[in-house]
Amino acid sequence: MINKIVTSIEAALADVPDGATVMLGGFGSAGLPAELIDGLIAQGAKELTIVNNNAGNGDTGLAALLKTRRVRKIICSFPRQVDSHVFDGLYRAGELELELVPQGNLAERIRAAGAGIGAFYTPTGYGTELARGKETRVIDGRGYVLEYPIHADFALIKAERGDRWGNLVYRKTARNFGPIMATAAKITVATVHEVVEPGALDPEAVVTPGIFVKRVVPIARVATRPVGVRPV
Amino acid sequence: MNERQVNRWNREQMAARVARDIAEGAVVNLGIGLPTLVSNFLPRDREVILHSENGVIGMGPAPPKGEEDYDLINAGKTPVTLLPGGCYFHHADSFAMMRGGHLDICVLGAFQVSVRGDLANWHTGEPGAIPAVGGAMDLAIGAKQTFVMMEHLTKRGESKLVAECSYPLTGLACVSRIYTDLAVIDVTADGLRAVELIDGLAFDELLKLSGVPIAPPTQGK
Repeated sequence: MINKIVTSIEAALADVPDGATVMLGGFGSAGLPAELIDGLIAQGAKELTIVNNNAGNGDTGLAALLKTRRVRKIICSFPRQVDSHVFDGLYRAGELELELVPQGNLAERIRAAGAGIGAFYTPTGYGTELARGKETRVIDGRGYVLEYPIHADFALIKAERGDRWGNLVYRKTARNFGPIMATAAKITVATVHEVVEPGALDPEAVVTPGIFVKRVVPIARVATRPVGVRPV
Repeated sequence: MNERQVNRWNREQMAARVARDIAEGAVVNLGIGLPTLVSNFLPRDREVILHSENGVIGMGPAPPKGEEDYDLINAGKTPVTLLPGGCYFHHADSFAMMRGGHLDICVLGAFQVSVRGDLANWHTGEPGAIPAVGGAMDLAIGAKQTFVMMEHLTKRGESKLVAECSYPLTGLACVSRIYTDLAVIDVTADGLRAVELIDGLAFDELLKLSGVPIAPPTQGK
C-alpha cells in the first residue's frame, strides 16, 4: 500500500543533507511552511541554498533559519521588507549570498525545472541590470533573456488537505509557490491540516497530483499571522 | 515657481483620474503603494477584475475589522476578500497572466520615466541599498498597458520625466501613460504627449518643469 503520510516532522526531514538546495513555499507568511522550517532548524543541515519569494520576516520562520547561519545563499525576488532585519544584517555583513530574481522569472524557473525544460527566453528583465551577463535574443522584434531552471533537493510546502497518495489542495492565496515547487524538487514534503482517504478529494479539483509529493505531514492548524507590513 | 499657484492633484485626485481610464470589463493589477488607492475610485457599477500577482483574481475590498484572513492577501501582504467568480492559482499561472499579455492594465509607481517610456521603479541603486524587485519587472513589460502614477517632481524639485533614466531600469519602453500631480501624459512613438493638464497650469509651465520635450494636448479633446 502506498502511504506517504509521515507523522513526525523530524522523520520527514531526517535526510536533508548539508549543502542542499531547499525550496520553501510561501509569500510572506501565507503558505510558508513554518513547522517544517522549525524542523529544518532542529535537524541542523548547513550550507543550505534557500529558494523563497522573500528572505524572512521578523524573527521566526525563514528569519529564524537565517539566524542559525546555516544558509549560504538565498534565491528570492523580494528580500527587503519592513521586518526583514535578520536578512538585512547578514547581507550587509557579507555573510549571505543573494541571487535576486524577478518574481515571474523565479516562478517560471521553478516551473521549468519541474517540467524538464533546459532553459527558456523571457522578456522580463531584458535591458535591466538583473539581466547583466545573461544571453539575450531578439525574437519577432522583442528582446528576451535566457533563464535557467532552478532545481531543488527538497521542497517544503504548506497545503490544506491531502491523502496518502500525496494529492494536495491548498487554501486561498497560501497556494502561491507550493504547486510549482512540488514539481521542481527531488523530495517534496508537504504539511496538511487534514488527511483524507484517497477519493475524498474531488479529482477535478486536485491542485497538486500526488506524483509530485513524497511525504505528507499532518499538522495542527495555526492561524496565519501578518508579516511584511507595518502594524496598523 | 509658478506651479505653486496651481492646485496640484493630491493622491486621491490622481487615483480618481486613473480610475476614469479603467474601462468596464478590464482586468487590472494595481501595484503596491499609491496605485492601490485607485480601487477606491472605481465606480461600483463598473465591473473591473482586480488581479494580484500572489495568485488571486477577482479581488474584493479589505475585509471588515476582525475578519482578516492572512491566507487571503494581496501583493502588499494586506488582507483582501474574494468576489463571487474570483479564484486562486499558483505563481507560474499568475505571472503567465502578465507575461502572456492577458492583463489589460497595470498601474505602477515610479522613480523616473524616460521619454521613450523606459521605467525605473525598483531600486535606487545607492551603495548599501538592499535591492528588492518582486513582480515589478514582470508587470511593467507584461500588461497590455502600463500606467504610471507618480509625483511630477522629486522632493528636490527635479523632474521625474527624463531623457534617460539614471536609476536602474525596470523595463524598456513599457510605459503607455503617466499620471502625475500636474498632468496626464501619453508615451507615443513620437515621444511624450500631454493629454490633460490640471486646472490653472499653462502648457509652457508644464514644459519648463518637466525639462523634456512634450507635445501639447491635441485641440478639442
